[in-house]
Amino acid sequence: MTDRQPGTSTAPGTTKGSEPRDPSGTAEPNRGRTLLRDIAESTGAVVTLAVLAALALAAVLIAAANPEVQRTASYVFARPSDFLTAVWEAVWSAYSSLFRGAVFDPQASTTERMFRPLTETLTASVPLIFAGLGLGIGFRSGLFNIGAQGQVVLGAVVSAYVGFAFQLPALLHVTLAVLGGLMAGALWAGIAGALKARFGANEVIVTIMLNSIAVLLMSYLLSTTAFKRPGSNNPISPMLDESAMFVPLLGDSFRLHAGWLLALAAAVGTWWLMERSTWGFKFRAVGANADAARTAGTSVRAVYVWVMLVAGGLAGLGGVSQVLGTEGVLQEGVAGSIGFDAITVALLGRSRPLGTVLAATLFGALRAGSPLMQTVSGTPIDIVLVVQAVIVLLIAAPPLVRSMFRLPAPGSGSRLAKEVAA
Amino acid sequence: MKLELRGITKIFGSLVANDHIDLVVEEGEIHALLGENGAGKSTLMNVLYGFYDPDDGEILVDDVPRTFTGPGDAMAAGIGMVHQHFMLVPVFTVAENVALGHEPVKGGGILDLKVARARVREISERFGFDIDPDALIEDLPVGAQQRVEIIKALSRDAQVLILDEPTAVLTPQETDELIEIMRELRAAGTSIVFITHKLREVRAVADRITVIRRGKVVGTASPQSSEKELASAMVGRSVSLGVEKAPAKPSDVRLQVRDLAVTNAAGAKALDSVSFDVAGGEILAIAGVQGNGQTELAEAILGMQPRATGSVRLGGTELVGRSIRQVLDAGVGFVPEDRSKDGIIASFSIEENLILDLHDRAPFAKGPMIDRRVVAENAERQIEQFDVRARSAQDLGSQLSGGNQQKLVLAREMSRPLELFIASQPTRGLDVGSIEFVHKRIVAERDAGTAVIIVSTELDEVLDLADRIAVMYRGQIIGVVPAGTSRDVLGLMMAGLPLAAAQTEAAKHPTHPADAGRPAGTPEVLS
Repeated sequence: MTDRQPGTSTAPGTTKGSEPRDPSGTAEPNRGRTLLRDIAESTGAVVTLAVLAALALAAVLIAAANPEVQRTASYVFARPSDFLTAVWEAVWSAYSSLFRGAVFDPQASTTERMFRPLTETLTASVPLIFAGLGLGIGFRSGLFNIGAQGQVVLGAVVSAYVGFAFQLPALLHVTLAVLGGLMAGALWAGIAGALKARFGANEVIVTIMLNSIAVLLMSYLLSTTAFKRPGSNNPISPMLDESAMFVPLLGDSFRLHAGWLLALAAAVGTWWLMERSTWGFKFRAVGANADAARTAGTSVRAVYVWVMLVAGGLAGLGGVSQVLGTEGVLQEGVAGSIGFDAITVALLGRSRPLGTVLAATLFGALRAGSPLMQTVSGTPIDIVLVVQAVIVLLIAAPPLVRSMFRLPAPGSGSRLAKEVAA
Repeated sequence: MKLELRGITKIFGSLVANDHIDLVVEEGEIHALLGENGAGKSTLMNVLYGFYDPDDGEILVDDVPRTFTGPGDAMAAGIGMVHQHFMLVPVFTVAENVALGHEPVKGGGILDLKVARARVREISERFGFDIDPDALIEDLPVGAQQRVEIIKALSRDAQVLILDEPTAVLTPQETDELIEIMRELRAAGTSIVFITHKLREVRAVADRITVIRRGKVVGTASPQSSEKELASAMVGRSVSLGVEKAPAKPSDVRLQVRDLAVTNAAGAKALDSVSFDVAGGEILAIAGVQGNGQTELAEAILGMQPRATGSVRLGGTELVGRSIRQVLDAGVGFVPEDRSKDGIIASFSIEENLILDLHDRAPFAKGPMIDRRVVAENAERQIEQFDVRARSAQDLGSQLSGGNQQKLVLAREMSRPLELFIASQPTRGLDVGSIEFVHKRIVAERDAGTAVIIVSTELDEVLDLADRIAVMYRGQIIGVVPAGTSRDVLGLMMAGLPLAAAQTEAAKHPTHPADAGRPAGTPEVLS
């Protein structure tokens, strides 16, 4: 990967290798990397419209799945108003209950309960912020790290072990649990980084495989005496020591915990790393043009390893926040689909820290609100997955969104310069 | 067939790429379109070829207005285009490539390659192309590939042939052959639009010259105009062709290359036991046709070739086996041949591009943090010194023209104290004004005592800059000759003849019109 193919032959005139490159335009880089960059550089407008379009499409599905809509559709030409009312009711009821479950519930009995949904949203966003930040760093450095899931799992496993196996003073205990999870995630991702740097192994494939290994490793560990809860037949660990848990931010009646503040701090730290530090400069340079970075003396291999260590560490913190913040125990399913949702979060957040926090909050809201939506309106919870999937689809194809909403193509300035040149 | 463009206007956003351009190409005429990079030549041709819709103006073929919505329409109207980068499938044969797009079929939709083969043979014989229809494209030299492109256009009955910078990839000898072919096509009644910025070729072959500057036709010129006149028309001010430089004052030997070799992944020797010396204050030009090991040579010195063997000593320090970082730190400045790939980061600002190599050193870095004030000051200084034309230091690399990108690379590489400066194809794709600037800077670097290596496939550039010339052929240095060596001899050496043989051969066939040496002030003989 890092080795450039030397000119294939000395004979003048083979098209391979000896072809002069276009001096004026930008050379065509690796296609996958171009896609990655297009996604990372997609504009805020495209992202917002993609979310709105996804919600609109989901509205169609909600209506279509609604029995009342189906019933009125059979005589839509006789009484279209019935049909339209039914559609409106279905969509309104689904989205309003989603809002009530995710942000603010005016029908709740106490003021405290009215605001509870918002805190649930923030709580659900915490692991997504961590993992999304890590993935965003990878994307901007040209690494398509699909391995957040495995890194989250490993972070959860190690922080849980530190949490239940040791008896330590409160602050020390939680710090060690956090550091343990962070390092576990970093090392797990570092495997992929090292393999890529040393042997050119494709990080997409390696990280996907590491995901499977991590999940199965956790299952195995939960069957060993070191991890299994004494006296239980289920694959579940002992409860974590109270001293290892994140403190709740708003008292015991809310689940929002100190991990949220840590996540926001991590976002600020990521911003500083990428925008202000020499390491971030290297990361971005390698992501934007590895050849030029290498020619300027940057060790691209070392950057690959460091990026994966940092990205994995952040994803590991996602697992930590699950265990120390909300679960308090290690069991299968502790990581949910955080690692995969985080890919969407990072893409939606354009791989930028602020964007990632906002996107994670949106996804946290979808996650927190969907159970109420299902109970109140009967809308299947899967609709949330559809919304997420459509968002990714639209962000991956910015020209589609632009043509849907008739937006001008971005960067037409540079593109036209290219066209005029030569 | 007569082709006329009337008032063609093409606007991209706020930029008028073509501003009411009028152009008439008569039957059997070679019409040169001369202009700098970015003047709007390619845009105009893309309008003509149906890639772009003009905002205004019309295209007339034999005085009948036509609209082209795509290359297919243009081809049907008898317009053929040979792109600068060939549009050929390397693993297909010549006949298959020629057939591609309008394949002859016999009953049942089966490809009838016989027809295609016969067509290739017929055209090839008519114009003396010497092309085997069954040869694989990837086995053909560049010059032959270009002839296949021409056959492709002619096989679709093109009566107007557009050649977009056709000589950029050719050796001087191949260029001569192409010029001969163009003359024959003209004799057969084919009109040719010849897009170029090489003045010598224009004067050798064109019947009429239209000069385009900033999207406008600034005038027509006769082929009898001097190169200086043409260059001035192209740039819009008087330019000095050639490089004014004092004789070199070489000091002690600075760089010693011994038995440097690079074996590529396929096991072939891309660089075969190369040895030479460069003194401080001297420019050694590496001449040769693209792909003869020059790229590997530059990369091996820089430490970008992990398989390099042999020795490269810079002032006593061995460079082979060191990392790129260590080589740069030893005082090597490097301008890569492909600046958009290796030289700059398109999505980085000018500021950031200027510190690609030094971003983690003082004064740009304070501990782990980049000092943005110092970075901004540095950018301001370099932009001023190297005349980088940009709105601000925040402009992205991709927003700069090729010339300004190259100035940016030069600024970065020359901002450190250097022992050795290597520039590969330093002026490829640049306009006359930028070339002048880049050459001046390179000579200034030499005069400051730095050892300089210029790798160039452009003979003009080699002759202008070099104090000594090393010619490379198939991974070896076939000879090192003094600066005044004639173009003929150099051209023959680039084709693989050793110096003595090249001299005999050159004496047998004295100065070819299109390939004449260019003694200052002597007007060229035109046929």
